[in-house]
Amino acid sequence: MGKDILSSLRPALVMALLFGTLLGLAYPLAMTGIGQMLFPAQANGSLLYQDGRVVGSSLIGQNFNDPRYFHPRPSAAGKGYDGQASSGSNLGPTSRALADRVKADVATLHQNTSDLFVPSDLATASASGLDPHISPEAAFYQIDRVAAARGMPVARLRALVTQVIERPLLGFLGEPRVNVLELNRRLDGIGANGRS
Amino acid sequence: MTIQGWTLILLFVAMVLMLAKPVGLWLFALYEGRRTPVHCLLGSVERGFYRLSGIDPTEEQGWRRYAVHMLIFNTVLLLATYGLLRLQGLLPLNPQGFGAVSEHLAFNTAISFAANTNWQSYAGESTMSNLSQMLALAIHNFLSAATGIALAFALFRGFARRSATGIGNFWADMTRVTLYLLLPLAVVLALFYIASGVPQTLAGSVDVTTLEGARQTLALGPVASQEAIKMLGTNGGGFFNANSAHPFENPTPLTNLVQMLSIFLIGTGLTYTFGKAVGNVRQGWAILAAMMTLFLIGVTIAYWQEAAGNPVLHGLSVTGGNMEGKEVRFGIAASALFSVVTTAASCGAVNAMHDSFTAIGGMIPLFNMQLGEVVIGGVGAGIYGFLLFAILAVFVAGLMVGRTPEYVGKKIEAREVKLAVLAIAILPLVILGFTAIASVLPTGLAGPLNKGPHGFSEILYAFTSAVANNGSAFAGLSANTPFYNGLLGVAMWIGRFFIIVPMLAIAGGLAAKRHTPETAGSFPTTGPLWTGLLIGIVLVVGGLTFLPSLALGPIADHLAMVRGQLF
Repeated sequence: MGKDILSSLRPALVMALLFGTLLGLAYPLAMTGIGQMLFPAQANGSLLYQDGRVVGSSLIGQNFNDPRYFHPRPSAAGKGYDGQASSGSNLGPTSRALADRVKADVATLHQNTSDLFVPSDLATASASGLDPHISPEAAFYQIDRVAAARGMPVARLRALVTQVIERPLLGFLGEPRVNVLELNRRLDGIGANGRS
Repeated sequence: MTIQGWTLILLFVAMVLMLAKPVGLWLFALYEGRRTPVHCLLGSVERGFYRLSGIDPTEEQGWRRYAVHMLIFNTVLLLATYGLLRLQGLLPLNPQGFGAVSEHLAFNTAISFAANTNWQSYAGESTMSNLSQMLALAIHNFLSAATGIALAFALFRGFARRSATGIGNFWADMTRVTLYLLLPLAVVLALFYIASGVPQTLAGSVDVTTLEGARQTLALGPVASQEAIKMLGTNGGGFFNANSAHPFENPTPLTNLVQMLSIFLIGTGLTYTFGKAVGNVRQGWAILAAMMTLFLIGVTIAYWQEAAGNPVLHGLSVTGGNMEGKEVRFGIAASALFSVVTTAASCGAVNAMHDSFTAIGGMIPLFNMQLGEVVIGGVGAGIYGFLLFAILAVFVAGLMVGRTPEYVGKKIEAREVKLAVLAIAILPLVILGFTAIASVLPTGLAGPLNKGPHGFSEILYAFTSAVANNGSAFAGLSANTPFYNGLLGVAMWIGRFFIIVPMLAIAGGLAAKRHTPETAGSFPTTGPLWTGLLIGIVLVVGGLTFLPSLALGPIADHLAMVRGQLF
């Protein structure tokens, strides 16, 4: 036993050093170099620019409170969509805090629509708190409000939402979904009079 | 439940089964020390590593020496990680200027990563510098995985060899697995992840002005390189707090599928390698059949419960399945499937928050871990854990027919059965013991976020995850305290190494035995009867032990949920 320990010391220390250099430094740094060269947009966060400013990432959701915009899901990341504090609510199925939060959100949502039922994703917090998507149902659910706030025809908005729906890859990978930031950017591009 | 959801689940299972043989053959080449195509690239690295560290890769080690060398290597790595985390504030590649990690958190994290658990009491984006992520943490993702596979090889040799004293060479096994399997696959996967939108940069964050004019800071870092090996090595420690639910870790449904496949890839491959090693691939398929049956039962229940949704929210006019703690791009099916994959395989990465699952939906991940992480299981750990159950199963079969039990040509005698039971009994002892301690002490009771039975589930889940070396959490538990960091750290260490040492002792004992040829009286260890017996033993031994604790947690929670009782 003592002999086994002694004989292990040099290989253990040297191997830790060698593998540390190879796996802990060379590998990630090489991947960074290659990634930055081949896929610079993705490697730096899939950022979206407008007039030279960074306005977001196509992968990360952001807060929208203005009734003229489509709203994302409730978020438990920091004070909402905090890109440095990803988190779900972690509230369990029998949590009173969860039920109270949903009740309040549903009451707010009901003010602007005649729909009786709220799509599940619109009243629940995502796992990351940064979910960029809502379901197509959740987008359609908000059309009345956005149309009223923008003075836009409902049909026009309906067509726009339909246009940006992402479909499942090969028919089975992923759910149909709408990227809220992209939808709202298109909305701004169109303008209040309904013409581009 | 939808047809699309079931299509995903069944195609996933088909892909896993198709990959088992090629991966198993690749692993078999490494098991035998044969050349692979990657040797042209990295063969000189392997030889250089041996020369610098004074290793003779052809030296046969007995089980004690194998165990000691493995333990010392893992201890050195663990201490290095502890040191790096404590000195974080002084070290480079720290764009956000994070300070030292606290003593108890560094203790917990170092053990957690060394033990292939990757329990995280911290949020990555607000705690760990890029250097800590790359050097202190991700290195364990490779080496704890390679250690697990090396240990599985050692046990395979125990079954395969006849009247032998050695069970292989730890350094050779570990180095070959790392260089010729894990590293090349990680490079390919990392590039795929970057192309799909996973960041890979040394920048710490980027500032954004949102459409409404607010400021948003997005945490970045070398995510893709870590993501690749985190899945492949069934480690599961996320770069960000939200783990694979974070769009930067798992941006698309396709990356999600690839992540799930990488979790199962090596674990299923090793069942085939086992069959090859003992000279009958049907032995391997019999084990995989038992594993996949248990897996499919778990997926069915979890998907059904999550799709059915939470009646409490239905009462508030919210329609549909349970989307609290789930991402829209994955939806219910891919979230439920991921949760079962990650807990079946001892990975612990999550793409949805298990804490917010329905009561029974969340019980399945918990139960998977309580079975001992043997449904596929961690890389290496899954198959050696399962073989312990196989020893128990032939023992039970032997009792029923009144013959000395045999398994793949080796007599299973009192020593093997005692050691197997020792290794298996550790799990419930520590899980239930530590859960009981935390459930009565005020510092333990301060942990749970949720009240009522779900709060107890959070504690039970934490210790189950730690001892089973899974690493996923009912993350509402505030675990970054001296009490939880300390106790969970001890639990993870016991859960890893108190099973490994008896397992290696079995390997050493078996290797020394003569081959016992199969006769008409031998109990066949292939075919449906054997698979059924294996499933029965896993469920009775692994599962029944925990039934009372499940009744207090998720089952009570479920009964409250259907009655609409809130806490």
